[in-house]
Amino acid sequence: MKLIYFSWIRERLDIAEEEAELPETVKTLGDLLAWQKSRGEEFEAVFAHEKVVRVALNQEHVDDLAASLEGVTEAAFFPPMTGG
Amino acid sequence: MSRITPDIRIQSADFDVAAEIAKLTDGRSDTGAVVTFTGLCRDEGGTLSALELEHYPGMAEAEIRRIAEEAVQRWPLTGLAAIHRHGRIAPGENIVLVVASSAHRQAAFEAANFLMDFLKTRAPFWKKEHLASGEEGQWVDAKEADDDAAERWKQR
Repeated sequence: MKLIYFSWIRERLDIAEEEAELPETVKTLGDLLAWQKSRGEEFEAVFAHEKVVRVALNQEHVDDLAASLEGVTEAAFFPPMTGG
Repeated sequence: MSRITPDIRIQSADFDVAAEIAKLTDGRSDTGAVVTFTGLCRDEGGTLSALELEHYPGMAEAEIRRIAEEAVQRWPLTGLAAIHRHGRIAPGENIVLVVASSAHRQAAFEAANFLMDFLKTRAPFWKKEHLASGEEGQWVDAKEADDDAAERWKQR
């Protein structure tokens, strides 16, 4: 799955984009966020901000942790948006 | 009445407000009202030298289109356009433009307002400040007032 990061999350992790092999057990958005937290100190610190980190799956906002990752090829992680 | 297709553009270049109005009104006689909103970069009392607008290509256009399609279903519009810039923008320069046209003013006012409220809270753009002092600036924090502004449309 392609994982993309924006704003201070991108800077903090020092990753703009990566291709990741997710473990078989990662089936929902909740699983994906838990897996991110397990990837080391910086990831744990960033993804501890559960109310701040927003997610888009295949370029659509998703906030249901039970949402399935089936068919998802791109996941993006970002703080609340400040456009306009 | 057949529904119009919103014109959504994400670009680094500036836009011309008069030209965008003309695109919605030229050659038609059913429009009685055009409302435009232009968002500009402030210098925050002289402390800012520029804003850097990061965006999520692909999703930025898709998300604004989703919001615009909702506006088209909600109000009897004769035209709707939204342009959002990205990249480095200096104080005084344009950031965003919304143009809504309709037979009567109320629909145009409300649709433009609606589009801006949701664009602020749902369109994937993030602003970083560049300071006039040369020091590294901060990412702009999202405002609760913007969430409240978007929320009020759900109560109608």
